Amino acid sequence: MSYFRAENLSLHFGGLKAVDAVSFAVEKGEILSIIGPNGAGKSSIFNLISRIYPPTHGRIYFEDQDITQEPAYDIAKLGIARTFQNIELFENATVLANLLVGRHRHSTTQLWQELLFLPNVRAAEKMHRRRVEQVIEFLDLEPYREKLISGLPYGVRKVIELARALCTEPKLILLDEPSSGLNVEETEDMSFWIRDMKTELGMTVLMVEHDMTLVNRVSDRVIALNYGKVLAMGSPSEVQQHPDVVAAYLGA
Amino acid sequence: MRFIFKTDYEDDIRLFPHSGYVWSYGTLLLLLAIAPFVLSSYLMSQLVFVCIYATVGVGLLILTGFTGQASLGHAAFLAIGAYTTAYLQQYNVPFPVYFLAAGLLTGVVGALVGFPALRLQGIYLVIATISFAFIVEEILARWESVTHGNEGMRVKTLTLLGTAVPRDSPAFYFLCLGVLILTIVGSLNLLRSPTGRAFVAIRDSETAARSMGVNVALYKVKSFAISAAITGMAGCLYAHKLSFISPEMFTLQLSIEFIIVILIGGTFSLHGAVLGAIFLVMIDPFLTYLKDDMPGIIANVAAAFGASKATASNIQSNVAAFASANGLKGAIYGVIIMLFVLFEPLGLYGRWLKIKLFFQLFPLYKRATFKRQKIYVKSERNR
Repeated sequence: MSYFRAENLSLHFGGLKAVDAVSFAVEKGEILSIIGPNGAGKSSIFNLISRIYPPTHGRIYFEDQDITQEPAYDIAKLGIARTFQNIELFENATVLANLLVGRHRHSTTQLWQELLFLPNVRAAEKMHRRRVEQVIEFLDLEPYREKLISGLPYGVRKVIELARALCTEPKLILLDEPSSGLNVEETEDMSFWIRDMKTELGMTVLMVEHDMTLVNRVSDRVIALNYGKVLAMGSPSEVQQHPDVVAAYLGA
Repeated sequence: MRFIFKTDYEDDIRLFPHSGYVWSYGTLLLLLAIAPFVLSSYLMSQLVFVCIYATVGVGLLILTGFTGQASLGHAAFLAIGAYTTAYLQQYNVPFPVYFLAAGLLTGVVGALVGFPALRLQGIYLVIATISFAFIVEEILARWESVTHGNEGMRVKTLTLLGTAVPRDSPAFYFLCLGVLILTIVGSLNLLRSPTGRAFVAIRDSETAARSMGVNVALYKVKSFAISAAITGMAGCLYAHKLSFISPEMFTLQLSIEFIIVILIGGTFSLHGAVLGAIFLVMIDPFLTYLKDDMPGIIANVAAAFGASKATASNIQSNVAAFASANGLKGAIYGVIIMLFVLFEPLGLYGRWLKIKLFFQLFPLYKRATFKRQKIYVKSERNR
């Protein structure tokens, strides 16, 4: 049994088949990239997994559990975190507050305890703060702790979004175009971090990406999509040489 | 400029980041403690209203300022708290019990309002809360066996621990102040724990909050319930302060006054509720001044500029008619809201922060520091 499985996944908007019977599996500890031209349905697959859209057909399994009907907020509790293509941070909060929201799935304190800020709440807060600090250290975010998101540059926001996802301590992390809008140097940092997430933190990574150098550098396997259908699946070089993929990108 | 050297995670959690806070809030508390022995009874009465309005303001801030759910129905929550008080008093229920009952009942009603509000956003939510307020107003007027309809209800003098606490006594002021302080401390505690952060997350991006594991619906209902419960408890004190309640006291105008409290005080910090309440309660003496003295002053000025006696008295009567016109208050509120939204969107507390920073950084203060920037437009697709 695979670690994560999508079976026959479809998402139709009326007649438009954004995702059309896509099946794939992710093994534990693997970095799998999804590539494809714009509008191929890559982000839609992510939105299906994180339950923003309900799928028209198909099933999603994670750790041998059917998660197709789980409510969206339970996906994070199962250990699946994600980032967004167009950065969805909490703009009017500090970086620390943003990262602490990532700890939400680990919070166990009751409302009345929080109102009185009982010792157990204080202890939990310190524990969350320590975990957040580990992520801050991992991604070199030390200069930004107290800064408001609304005043930070795009590249930093991108990293903070990754940090927030890491704060949930996910088993599977979905990265939606982690390098979009980053310069060459920042993209390189990102590729090191993605590698480290796999080797040091033991996470499984599912990634949508356009930058082929990044894809080649980090992925174990690649899936190519077009018009919501899988064109090819395999190692990065295999997929890039696949005639259907070449045709989709260059036009045959 | 003070630099805080943090050595412990505790430093990020504590309410007073450094000793300066302890000194300034300690001084403020001391001044508030001696106020009844220094200020006139009129000012004391105003101060009690400031406390009550600020309590409601804190409740509304949790919902509107921190969870981002606008409400124009808070007068209804206040009314429910006030009527619970008047109703339970008939059965000689002691103060602590009906005070908590007012909070609890209003909290439950708040949660019930929260459920249909889950699917509404922005202006539609405002409309829904207004209609809720109208429904409550209508129920209060019609359900005569409980509320005595438009006749209104008399609220007996508060008794606490066997002693009477008249509405203009220093003890009542300390009670209101105590409730305000406890509300603020409780809210601050909430805002620095997971629930408060979930509220802020919902305000800024529901999609992201959901993908971080926040049950958006549950937390919105929680926010409604907490906000309503605080308002209900304030309603209990409000009823005692007025000593008589009737449905026409809890109209849309009162809800708008609460919005003014937080909008003018500043929606991003609890300080805003207190500053806004002070501002709002100050409007009334100002309006009285406008009514009583302004016509004479303007007429005198006109006379000084060479207007004839007849013209001057004509001006005087016209200004007097204008100053005592119906709805002038509402118009002034409208103008104030517009001016603040346009020129001081961060409110009075924002202005205070700007002044503070100006002196801290002197002479290097930049006006652009507080400028709201919206460079990266968020995607609306996943709404």
